[in-house]
Amino acid sequence: MKVNRKWIAALVIGAMVFGAGCSSSTEETSTESAAQTQEETTEEAAEEEVQEEVAENDTTSEEVAAENVTLEEGMLIMSTNATFPPYEYYDGDTIVGIDADVAAAIADKMGLTLQINDMEFDSALAAVQTGQADMVMAGVTVTPEREENMDFTNSYATGVQVVIVPEDSDITSIDDLQGKLIGVQQGTTGDIYCSDTPENGGYGEENVQKFSSGPLAVEALKNGQVDCVVIDNEPAKAYVEANPGLKILDTEFAVEDYAIGVAKGNDALLDALNNALEELESDGTLDKIIGEYIHE
Amino acid sequence: MSTVMLAISEKMAQWLSTTPSWLQNAPEGIQNIFYQLYQTWIMNDNWHYFTDGLKVTILATLGALVIGVVIGVLIAVIRSAHDSSRKKPPVALRILNALSKLYLTVVRGTPMIVQLLIMCFVVMVPRGQEELLRCATITFGLNSGAYVAEIIRSGIQSIDQGQMEAGRSLGFNYGQTMRYIIIPQAIKNILPALGNELITLLKETSVATVIGLNDLTKGAQIIVSTNYTTLVSYISLAAIYLVLVLALTKLLSIFERRMKNSDR
Repeated sequence: MKVNRKWIAALVIGAMVFGAGCSSSTEETSTESAAQTQEETTEEAAEEEVQEEVAENDTTSEEVAAENVTLEEGMLIMSTNATFPPYEYYDGDTIVGIDADVAAAIADKMGLTLQINDMEFDSALAAVQTGQADMVMAGVTVTPEREENMDFTNSYATGVQVVIVPEDSDITSIDDLQGKLIGVQQGTTGDIYCSDTPENGGYGEENVQKFSSGPLAVEALKNGQVDCVVIDNEPAKAYVEANPGLKILDTEFAVEDYAIGVAKGNDALLDALNNALEELESDGTLDKIIGEYIHE
Repeated sequence: MSTVMLAISEKMAQWLSTTPSWLQNAPEGIQNIFYQLYQTWIMNDNWHYFTDGLKVTILATLGALVIGVVIGVLIAVIRSAHDSSRKKPPVALRILNALSKLYLTVVRGTPMIVQLLIMCFVVMVPRGQEELLRCATITFGLNSGAYVAEIIRSGIQSIDQGQMEAGRSLGFNYGQTMRYIIIPQAIKNILPALGNELITLLKETSVATVIGLNDLTKGAQIIVSTNYTTLVSYISLAAIYLVLVLALTKLLSIFERRMKNSDR
């Protein structure tokens, strides 16, 4: 199993190097009915996703009411989309980043073992609703539509939506986006803002091309298949650094708050997560983790 | 934890008050399913994602079918002409045969999704939905062609050698015999296999979501990503594909029956 996991991880990374991103196979998991047993979910996850255990169960740390608030006893299962540096990305065959580290710290506070399941962004959001994960941490912005279907903790980080363009682009500010072809990562807030009708401040669905991952959208931008990419600031910086010839526009597209999403109505877990977040904030751990990844 | 056990939100309560009384008195699980159906199909005119996507899926399938059959027939004829010639075949035919074999090996030896990613991000670099559709259609056509070629070749081989000899002795040349005598008979034999390939092709077009084509599957994904109605959206999607395939199966069986008329 150990070897198998590494092998899958290597394949996934290989695919990302080629700009190919993940396969679309995660849709299948999402359609699974909620009636399935826990064992099945775990098996499914083991088959289709790369999993890792980031934190060890530390029994000495103070436990914050962790009893029976998670799907599996002693485990905190987090779904994410690990193509989003510096919030979550692969370093070798482990998922690291702000979200992964914060999740590990939270799990530590709650006396739980963290397990991270990597899948596409859409699926990561759906996973908490279908009972495949306890929480989603994938740089998730709180929007009214999302609040309708899941509950969110207090915000733990601020995200900024920016626009990536080629260096010689005629787009110099956000006002120039009208009528241009915009690339986005499907289901992200960048997608939601841009796909909205012009009356609501968007650019219309026909001008937005939705990719399954950020790197694919950036690849399309390099090929000239889209004119710009609207995506979160921090991953944008990483993409631009890795791809000479691209730049980020100075004007910000939107400022927003990141939070942890849990299943609607799961107040026990929500409270436990909020408590843990509060502690991490007051003892400075949160700032320390963010400072490790974002240097300004 | 279950999908249908979401707590009732304000918006849902608001929606419930506009529904018939039997639904207002129904259990919460049933109300949730109906609310998801409403969110998936009716709210914000979401049904247009399904109809627009359906159009794209059907266009891609039909386009790929035409390309696939043209390539398939060409390659099948080249391959059988090469294999059935008694003397050493002419150089041109040998080169064509080698090229056909190379094409078959590459196309059948690599996954569809990889071919699509290469065609989209390396070879054709399409811009906008129209060009994406063209790119996807060509890729699916090229892919399907390889399978159709082998199906047709098996059909040609299933026809008795005497048919070719009879055609040739009546004064037809090789191409004419193929066109008027062999292929029509072969088509009848391979119709079930061709139908199977068409059904596979239709479902396979859903792979085009990775390059950003707004097909039927993408439509459902977009609805899920804005409304999070995972259960109902994906089951609706499955139902649409199923209906399409059932319709195709029916059409093919009618066609097969027509073809059989000449057997009596």
